[in-house]
Amino acid sequence: MTQISPVPTSPAGASGQAPSARPAQGRAARTSLLKKFEPLLISCASICATLLLFGVFLVVDGLNPLDVYEVMFRGAFGTWFSFQNTLQRSAPLMLTALCTALPMQLGLLVIGGEGALVVGGVSAAVVGLSMHDAGSYTMLTAMLLAGAISGGLWIALVGALRAYRGVNETISSLLMSYIAIALMNHLVEGALRDPESLNKPATRHIGDANMLGPIPGLDVHWGLIYGVVACLFGFVLMKRTIFGFAAAMTGGNMRAALLSGLRVRQLMVLTCFLAGAAAGVAGMVEVAAVHGRANASLVAGYGYTGILVAFVARQNPLGVIPVALILGGIGASGGLLQRNFSLPDASVKVLEGILFMVILVSETLYGKLDLWSFARSATARKSAQAGAVA
Amino acid sequence: MGMTNGVGQKSSSRRVFFSCVGLLLSATSLLSCNKKSEAAGIPAPAASGAASAAPAPQKQFTAGFIYVGSKSDYGYNQAHAEGAKTLTSMGIKVREEENVPETLDVQKTMESMINLDGASVLFPTSFGYFDPHILKMAEKYPNVIFLHCGGMYTEGKHPKNVGSYFGYIDEAQYVAGVVAGMTTKTNKLGFVAAKPIPQVLRNINSYTLGARSVNPKVTLSVIFTGDWSMPVKEAEASNSLIDQGADVLSCHVDSPKVVIETAERRGVFSTGYHASQAALAPKGYLTGAEWNWETVYKDYVTKIQKGLPWEHLVRGGFKEGFIKMSPYGAAVSDAAKAKAEEAKKKFMDGTFLIYSGPLKDNAGKEVIAAGTQMAQRDIKLESMGYLVDGVKGSVH
Repeated sequence: MTQISPVPTSPAGASGQAPSARPAQGRAARTSLLKKFEPLLISCASICATLLLFGVFLVVDGLNPLDVYEVMFRGAFGTWFSFQNTLQRSAPLMLTALCTALPMQLGLLVIGGEGALVVGGVSAAVVGLSMHDAGSYTMLTAMLLAGAISGGLWIALVGALRAYRGVNETISSLLMSYIAIALMNHLVEGALRDPESLNKPATRHIGDANMLGPIPGLDVHWGLIYGVVACLFGFVLMKRTIFGFAAAMTGGNMRAALLSGLRVRQLMVLTCFLAGAAAGVAGMVEVAAVHGRANASLVAGYGYTGILVAFVARQNPLGVIPVALILGGIGASGGLLQRNFSLPDASVKVLEGILFMVILVSETLYGKLDLWSFARSATARKSAQAGAVA
Repeated sequence: MGMTNGVGQKSSSRRVFFSCVGLLLSATSLLSCNKKSEAAGIPAPAASGAASAAPAPQKQFTAGFIYVGSKSDYGYNQAHAEGAKTLTSMGIKVREEENVPETLDVQKTMESMINLDGASVLFPTSFGYFDPHILKMAEKYPNVIFLHCGGMYTEGKHPKNVGSYFGYIDEAQYVAGVVAGMTTKTNKLGFVAAKPIPQVLRNINSYTLGARSVNPKVTLSVIFTGDWSMPVKEAEASNSLIDQGADVLSCHVDSPKVVIETAERRGVFSTGYHASQAALAPKGYLTGAEWNWETVYKDYVTKIQKGLPWEHLVRGGFKEGFIKMSPYGAAVSDAAKAKAEEAKKKFMDGTFLIYSGPLKDNAGKEVIAAGTQMAQRDIKLESMGYLVDGVKGSVH
């Protein structure tokens, strides 16, 4: 439909509004189309800008950016091995990214995914060890639940502190991470320590037979499936349910949400619970699929990289999946950068940093892209008015 | 087929012939393809399954080094990187990757080095890489040699293509302790340590015993930071120890940089660890306990190049050349140097053992009975859980 169409074909026109609503309605249709592609467009542009900026960095370092990007692509997606490497690395990031992305729907910035991951991992190990004879399926299910619930409660506490005591959730979740790590160290070096783990304190092993294996046909563990399912669940919950609508409303304007009778506090605690549960599951996967025990290796920074993933995905649970793949790919190819170009590991951090900054800056572009369509619709409105006068 | 139509028979047999040739050709091309991919991607396999039993000589190969931190950390990782650097002169290719955490990441890095760089010998240097990461990869790639720093190999339990090496660096800590004990004015030493695990406790105890062997009035205060790399806590601990009167600091953390720099800034002495930190503290750096991985790495590479069997478990101290001291700093007196050289000579001769009874822990309990001597290889030392008399601090 075009904006100067004289026949009203939409309910807006049919409902007998003023004639000036017609072009506005057409504009709305086009803007909504633009809006749909806006995130994709801006995200792609941001990634291109990042590559461009990092390219300058590489040129200063005396390298040809195209060579570097070719190697990076090979290391991340170029071979079957590389691609599985990327998939594997993205798995924990999907789960920890949700720990930031879900509360963000309510306007809460939670950055304590690392703590929830550690708590989830330790609880999963404890539960797994306490039911050694139960059979691997029962045991893994119990571990999954333990990881999810403990991680969930950990971040739910952050949500509750915010909802009921007004404590800033960003600070409290970060500080709670330090507490979680200290607790974990205390436990694996004390009460839970396997006496045989001399120089690397850890809990006992859950047993090779009870480990979470790889996905059939792939060299990637089940954590990837957990991650994808959690992201899909998060997306449906936040974008397709009343709960999600209430969350979005709270995030948009908390006072309005309160005035319209939403139970904002419960919403906060529950969302934080789900967020923490996702990170807790990531911890469970680390224990059940990788280490077989809980130890300091749980503190690997997945929680913090998850924040980056959530922001680049613009807090959209579905967007987390491709972004985690990109970050996983950067991780997978980061090693090749070091080995082929003898770049320091910090260069990967520079790339991630540039990406993060560009994404943050690009946030300001949203809505600004309308300028172009706005100008056109303004001329269109004029001609429509001219038509009406005639 | 009948004999009635000669032409038909001829053409059909020709068809069979050609199809046979075609099959053969495609088969050989496939085979040669396979061979090519083997040559390009997969590392040269040793002749037999057991790498050490009858290894094929590999003159040139790619060795992959993996570090848990930065390879210029003035510490643990730098010591390994310095060793790795000496290998390039031996005609092999060295590929390095730093800041690889002890998670699946290191497994993927090992696989990536094998699959994409064609590495056939890997040196994953962090202690925590061994179980489960190296063990898992060693089973998956039986033709690749995995040499791990930590001395954790157990015959019969671990894969045959795995080796593990470690050094008795507590001998060097003992000598550094001698220098510290001779230099201190306040008779108080300070030690910043990561975790109260056997390997760290052994260093603290040896350092203390070294210091007290020349100066019985010395006490050593230890602060545990809780993890291997905690720069802020290390600075706090250093300052706190200096505030308590310690005038020589040492440490066992991944990177001694912060401790040594803090000591220098506060105007006290320091002894280093892992690598030389002399450049960070030109005034106060006395000496330091350093790894000498060059010896170990060159030995392994030579054996692999010649196709000789290599040992699965390698350990050594001063005598074997696995460890060394940093050159003495300007502040070290001649008397201190003499005492230190004397101690070092006894280690070289093998006439001295650090742990011999009677030895009491700092709670007064006897941990080694009179008349008992513990050699460096003694398995009991591997599970040390005490601090000796003269140490202020607790393992709990």
